[in-house]
Amino acid sequence: MDAFLENFNYIVYVVLMMIGLYAMISKNNLIKKLVGMTIFQSAIILFYVSIGAKEGAAIPILDHHQMHVAAAHDDHADTHKDKADTHEGEHADTKIHKADKHAAGAHSNHTSAEHASTHTDKHKHEAPHAGEHDDHDGHHVSSEINPAKFSNPIPHVLMLTAIVVGVSTLGVALSIVQRVHQGYGSIEEDDILNQIGPNADG
Amino acid sequence: MADQIPVLIILAPLFGGILVLLLGLRYRSVCFPIAVASLGVSLFSALHTFRTVLLEGPQRYFLSGWERGGGFAVGIEYRIDQINGLVLIMIAFVALLSVIHSRSRVSVETPAKVPQVYILSLLLVSGLLGMTITNDAFNLYVLLEISSLSSYALIAIGSRRAALSAFNYVIMGTIGASFLLLGVGYLFIQTGTLNMQDIHGALMAEGLINAPSIKVALMLILIGLWIKMGLFPLHGWLPNAYSYAPSATGTLMGPLVTKVMIYIMIRMMVSVFGIDFLYEQLAWTKPVSLLASIAIVGGSFLAVSQTDLRKMLCYLIVAEVGYMVGGAWVGNLNGMTGAIYHILGDALMTLCLFFVVGIVIAKTGEHRLSAFKGLFKSMPLTMVCFVVVAFAMIGLPPTCGFFSKWYLVRGGLEAGQYPFVIALLISSLVNAVIFFRLIEFAYFQSPDSDTAEAHGAHGESGAHGDEGEHSATAHAHTPVPMKVYRVDPDLDADSIVTEVPWGMKAPLLIVAACLLLLGIFNSTVTAWIADGLKGVGF
Amino acid sequence: MRVKPIKVFALLAVICVGSLLLSAMGDFPAFGDPNSPANAGQLATHYITQVRVETKVPNIVTAVLADYRGFDTMFETVVILVAGLAILAILRRPACESSRRFAEIAAMKSHVDLIQVTTCRLLIPVIQLFALYVIAHGHHSPGGGFQGGVILGASFILMALVNGLRATLLRFSEKKALFLSAVGVIIFAGTGLICMLLGGNFLDYEVLHQILPYTDPVMARSHAMLIVEIGVAFTVMSIMFLIYAVLSSGGEMEGGL
Repeated sequence: MDAFLENFNYIVYVVLMMIGLYAMISKNNLIKKLVGMTIFQSAIILFYVSIGAKEGAAIPILDHHQMHVAAAHDDHADTHKDKADTHEGEHADTKIHKADKHAAGAHSNHTSAEHASTHTDKHKHEAPHAGEHDDHDGHHVSSEINPAKFSNPIPHVLMLTAIVVGVSTLGVALSIVQRVHQGYGSIEEDDILNQIGPNADG
Repeated sequence: MADQIPVLIILAPLFGGILVLLLGLRYRSVCFPIAVASLGVSLFSALHTFRTVLLEGPQRYFLSGWERGGGFAVGIEYRIDQINGLVLIMIAFVALLSVIHSRSRVSVETPAKVPQVYILSLLLVSGLLGMTITNDAFNLYVLLEISSLSSYALIAIGSRRAALSAFNYVIMGTIGASFLLLGVGYLFIQTGTLNMQDIHGALMAEGLINAPSIKVALMLILIGLWIKMGLFPLHGWLPNAYSYAPSATGTLMGPLVTKVMIYIMIRMMVSVFGIDFLYEQLAWTKPVSLLASIAIVGGSFLAVSQTDLRKMLCYLIVAEVGYMVGGAWVGNLNGMTGAIYHILGDALMTLCLFFVVGIVIAKTGEHRLSAFKGLFKSMPLTMVCFVVVAFAMIGLPPTCGFFSKWYLVRGGLEAGQYPFVIALLISSLVNAVIFFRLIEFAYFQSPDSDTAEAHGAHGESGAHGDEGEHSATAHAHTPVPMKVYRVDPDLDADSIVTEVPWGMKAPLLIVAACLLLLGIFNSTVTAWIADGLKGVGF
Repeated sequence: MRVKPIKVFALLAVICVGSLLLSAMGDFPAFGDPNSPANAGQLATHYITQVRVETKVPNIVTAVLADYRGFDTMFETVVILVAGLAILAILRRPACESSRRFAEIAAMKSHVDLIQVTTCRLLIPVIQLFALYVIAHGHHSPGGGFQGGVILGASFILMALVNGLRATLLRFSEKKALFLSAVGVIIFAGTGLICMLLGGNFLDYEVLHQILPYTDPVMARSHAMLIVEIGVAFTVMSIMFLIYAVLSSGGEMEGGL
């Protein structure tokens, strides 16, 4: 039972995929076959996206603290005291400049401010809580990136492509069905085959 | 700049297609020159890249500039070695000749859609080239879908019967491509990477390759590719799709698409899963060789029972797919070399056959085997080339067909896969029956009396004297009597020519010459292939 | 009621394939496991931790889509273009006599609904503005070229549904749509080509810092990503509308749904 619960996403996708496959093969109406094709492709997309899920993880977008502040960590080694001071000042700034986009110019302003306050060098390997500081809301926010807190971005990227490909295939298939209808007057497969006749493969 | 040449192979047809889209819709006459120019650039780049590979070893090209950082691939990578270098040259060469040959047919069979045909053909070729050169499993899927979508459309442009065949192709092709995508997903979930070599490294590292999910991934990828390449009995879409398609499309797709799928199967086998695993641990060589043997025999017998020329060609393609799949799976270097050599040879053979059949149908308007009657008198050059390709298909020296059969049989005997060897011999016999029958029609029979009356306007009464091809122009062209002899009223509009243009004949001569050249230089080519295989750890 | 043989065959095929797929299940990592080979693998970790240093784009998905795997995205754009061209090639035909007469009769009835027209006149600019926001903000929030392009295309489809296809085609003709879609692919592939001419590999955005003002190589990547996303949006928008126009009018582009 545990194994079942742990892997239920795979069972779901297999069931969905098989429904789609059955429709694609056995249905008589051409549009129903295409509906089956869509279900089939959706199941594969579901499978891929479920690969990237991580328990307790958020979407794979770095937020402001992790982007700008942490980047400063990587670029220059600062003391965390100075870090905390400059971060307070930065957050005041960003509050005012919230309306502006975080353009490169704004970022370089921040880093130049930090440059000015650099004193001693520190090791790259700081204590885990070194990057913590209070943001303007008073929450503890870490600017170290913990990969376990972000969903795996790769399946999302792959499935963006797969969805687009699926939509394109569906569009082309629908246009082919319209063409068949214009040519034969029907979209039921047995009807069309009857029209072609028994000596079809002459 | 010279190290950018590998990517030009794919970019040239892509940009050519976009250019035709921008200009060709208004100025019809630029479509053909742009297409020929872009395919020419692509062919030149492929040749140059292959030369570099021969001089310096396998080449890598990192797209978006992301090199392998920290020992694993971060971006998408291209890898060209001797094997796919040869296949790239083959694709560009076949596409170029096919476009040149089909120039007149495109404007006759689908006059309203000429620019669209060229755009879609260029993008199809671009997708096929990209599939061959890439080293990334997901990029493979995207390019597969580009070429599939273009091919669905190119087929559906034809008659209403062609649209129905295209629909079946869509359904089966989507199943195949989706299985491939699913197999890649299974590999991703266990290895975490999409680069083919990194996947291989991860599979080898922890003994991961013995996991059941990897076996299932292999099966999914194989079934998906078998559907796309038309391996009997998953070939259901192929005969209708290629025979009812407009002749320009059939000539472009028939020689290329299935061979590229076979190449991808070989690439997956060799670079991703590794030969040791496939041949030794799984011991699948016997069942798959048996499957290939059934495919060969099935395809050959279905071909011999056809009365329509193009359907016959399609079943011959199905049989040839069996050769290559069997060769790849017999389990030794000779077999695999033979399979890859046969990819090159079969593409040329199929192209030559499509050229001949296209010329015959264009000239006589007949789709049945009886169209060949008495053709030696009226189309001597074409018939000579037909004899060359017939020898190649049967497997007579010095054509390439003999040497590929030689390697395949040797590989089969060495590995003890006797059903495969027997199937190859049966297929040669059946091909001999098919082709000698047609040669007999062409050389020793006169056109049927009823067709002779209808052909009277063309002056093709071979029995009545030595009228050459040029006499046809002296007579008025009356297409109306031809309709009586049409097999299928759904086939495309009257498209009979009185004089076959040199644009159709010259590529035919070139291809026939290449069949002989490939055969004569077989040892050089197979040495290259063997080097390439050893380079990936065969 | 006789059971058709194709249904029996389909059921058998489905059972075989389904059991094949389920048999591999025992091997798979649990759902949501952060330490599975895919999730904790080198590639995913590299992307998550290095994207801020290498590209300065917070949205990791956009960074991977438009930069690391930008070549795939370019071909995805080409896929959309091929789909649009394919549908045009298959279905497009000049309007025949009967549908022209029908269009005249339909125009006489003027079936445009006042409430719908007024609502859409207010809504469509907002929708398009939001679409532009989605495109531009693809670096910082979920979004990007595909998403924004689809919303733009949807705004045109809404216009066509409410005001009639012919009215919309007057504003966004087939020629314009084809041209814009080609322009979109040219923007993407052209950026790559410019990178090649400046000395880098195809789509290696770093070398663009030589021509983009006030950028260093890393910011050049961020800017180039926006440029290619705009190209993608052009193509997606035009093709989405074109597909709707062709499919809903049966290829004749005279009267839609």
